[in-house]
Amino acid sequence: MRILVVEDDKDVAGFVVRGLREAGHVVEHADNGRDGLFMAASESFDAVILDRMLPGGIDGLKILETLRGQKNAVPVLILSAMAEVDDRVKGLKAGSDDYLTKPFAFAELLARVEALNRRGKGEGPVTKLVVEDLELDLLSRQVKRAGQKIDLQPREFRLLEYLMRHAGQVVTRTMLLEGVWDYHFDPQTNVIDVHVSRLRQKVDKPFATGLIHTVRNAGYMLRAEQP
Amino acid sequence: MNDRHLFRSAGFRFGAIYAVLLAISATALAVFLWWATAGLLDRQTEAAINADAQGLSERWADGGLPALIVTIEDRLAQNIDGDAIYFLADRSMRRLAGNLERWPPNVATSGPLFELQVMRAGVKSLANVQRFDLPGGFHLLVGRDVHVRAQLRGLLTDALLWAVLVVGLMATVGALVVRNLFRRTLANISATTAAIASGDLAQRVKLTGRGDEFDQVAEVINDMLERIGRLMDGVRQVSNAIAHDLRTPITRARTRLEDAALHAETPEDLRAAIERAMADLDGIAAIFQALLRIAEIEAGTRRSSFTRVDIAPLLAEVEDLYGALAEERDISLVVQVAAEVPAYGDKALIQQAIANLLDNAVKFSPPGGTVRLSASAAGKVSITVSDQGPGIPPAERAKATDRFYRGETARSTPGSGLGLSLVAAVAHLHGGELRLEDNKPGLRATLVLPSPEEIEARPAALQHKQDFIC
Repeated sequence: MRILVVEDDKDVAGFVVRGLREAGHVVEHADNGRDGLFMAASESFDAVILDRMLPGGIDGLKILETLRGQKNAVPVLILSAMAEVDDRVKGLKAGSDDYLTKPFAFAELLARVEALNRRGKGEGPVTKLVVEDLELDLLSRQVKRAGQKIDLQPREFRLLEYLMRHAGQVVTRTMLLEGVWDYHFDPQTNVIDVHVSRLRQKVDKPFATGLIHTVRNAGYMLRAEQP
Repeated sequence: MNDRHLFRSAGFRFGAIYAVLLAISATALAVFLWWATAGLLDRQTEAAINADAQGLSERWADGGLPALIVTIEDRLAQNIDGDAIYFLADRSMRRLAGNLERWPPNVATSGPLFELQVMRAGVKSLANVQRFDLPGGFHLLVGRDVHVRAQLRGLLTDALLWAVLVVGLMATVGALVVRNLFRRTLANISATTAAIASGDLAQRVKLTGRGDEFDQVAEVINDMLERIGRLMDGVRQVSNAIAHDLRTPITRARTRLEDAALHAETPEDLRAAIERAMADLDGIAAIFQALLRIAEIEAGTRRSSFTRVDIAPLLAEVEDLYGALAEERDISLVVQVAAEVPAYGDKALIQQAIANLLDNAVKFSPPGGTVRLSASAAGKVSITVSDQGPGIPPAERAKATDRFYRGETARSTPGSGLGLSLVAAVAHLHGGELRLEDNKPGLRATLVLPSPEEIEARPAALQHKQDFIC
């Protein structure tokens, strides 16, 4: 992915840029609002990571509004220390695709940025998700693995659907909470782990190979077993 | 300087207004009294003179001069009060009939009523007289002796003058009384606010119990002080908490890092120590996040996004989220929710509050226990979560919603001690409350929210201008 990072804090920016490059992405960096807007508007990126408070007279929201005003649909993730609910709502209203508050774990940022890429490519009218021998039919709402039908509760179905839509990508617990349960706060107990482990009981346990993997310090990933 | 101070005083102003009002009403009363007594007598005299003159002129028309003279003498004879005055004079003002000795010199024209001194039977007296000119050069004077009335008028004038003095005195005394009353009523409020300004935040305005306007103002001020006090307490608690409760994890993280820097022998050790320190820092960040969120809720700005919410599906979602966890821990989660539980508020916050209550219940419930989640909308909306855990001792229940409160029994359970604070803040934001009761054994936490109807019927108290989107 070609990613633009607009962030004025040198440490944070350096860390994010290095991390993204290590993950195999091509990264450009702007440390003020004006350069950020110029680069985002003139070049083509797969995703933009945008700080909200920026020097240079143009803040993150302005950049975002300007881009959207020019019908530029590049996926944007706002990365901000402004953590109030209203701030998040404002960011999403201005046209951002995701909102992550500081302090953040890099794994979370990476997972979310990579999820953006997927979203950006357009979710056409997919009716069936397939990962290796696991099939999920969105119309009949049936799940089969190796031709064998698996009975899932509605919420388990949505959890699996989310994991399969992001197959091959890390999905964090927060992303699952937001994407599957529409919860925008962290429950103190790790309820997500319980749900995932129950899903595993049904999807992985009866079969020889596991598809749902735990990614240490990050979350989960559904992917085919690597040879 | 002192004078200006006096005029600026509202007490003085109210006193002065009282005095002026009293003076105006007393004057109005005096004028009316005068008009109704002395004025009436004057008018009666005039009317009598006119009637007399009318009768005499008719006699003149009927029988000429002799008849007029006879009539005048008749009338004088019949006048028992002795207050009638007649004088008929010829061309050279000589007396033809009447009870005056001579024509009063200053009555030179006919028409207006004269008030003059006359000599009657050698006695000086006061009379109202009117002159009528008759054909043939004769002059007729008709009048009434108003001596008694003048005396009466004098008495009245004296009385009214005294009254002015009394009124003036009363106005002054009354003004002073009003001013002092005003001062005393305000002294209560100003003493309290002064005490608070100088730092004694526990002071409250005393209520007189009369429920009057001053009591209403006092109540509003007390409510305001209550709220300020709560906010101040919140700030103090948070700063204390930051000082104490955050010091522990910060110390831990620092120690780990320092220890690793000094003693780690392999890169793996170092990495592990760093990761643990990161986890500690994440915990600290989460605590800050929770504190900020509670502060955000308590600030009340979220009210602008209130709408009608059905609680029932919210509960279903929370049940869905925690059901698996409860099952895992061998806790049965029993849910009893009415088909529809309409409330008015912020959906996400209510959901988070319920999730926090359920989180606690599942966390503290012993294996094999039962957690009940129920909601009803009988009048108020109440959402109850009860568990069979250790509960909270009655003495500590009031403190349970304080930030960073951890029950004695909860020391070994993970948690930040902010969960119930958030629930209480959400309840308060919605104009409801969080009730903590004994479930024998365990804790029964009830989130009580006002019904949508109740909020709609209560205009200004809770609502924001654009609250109703429904």
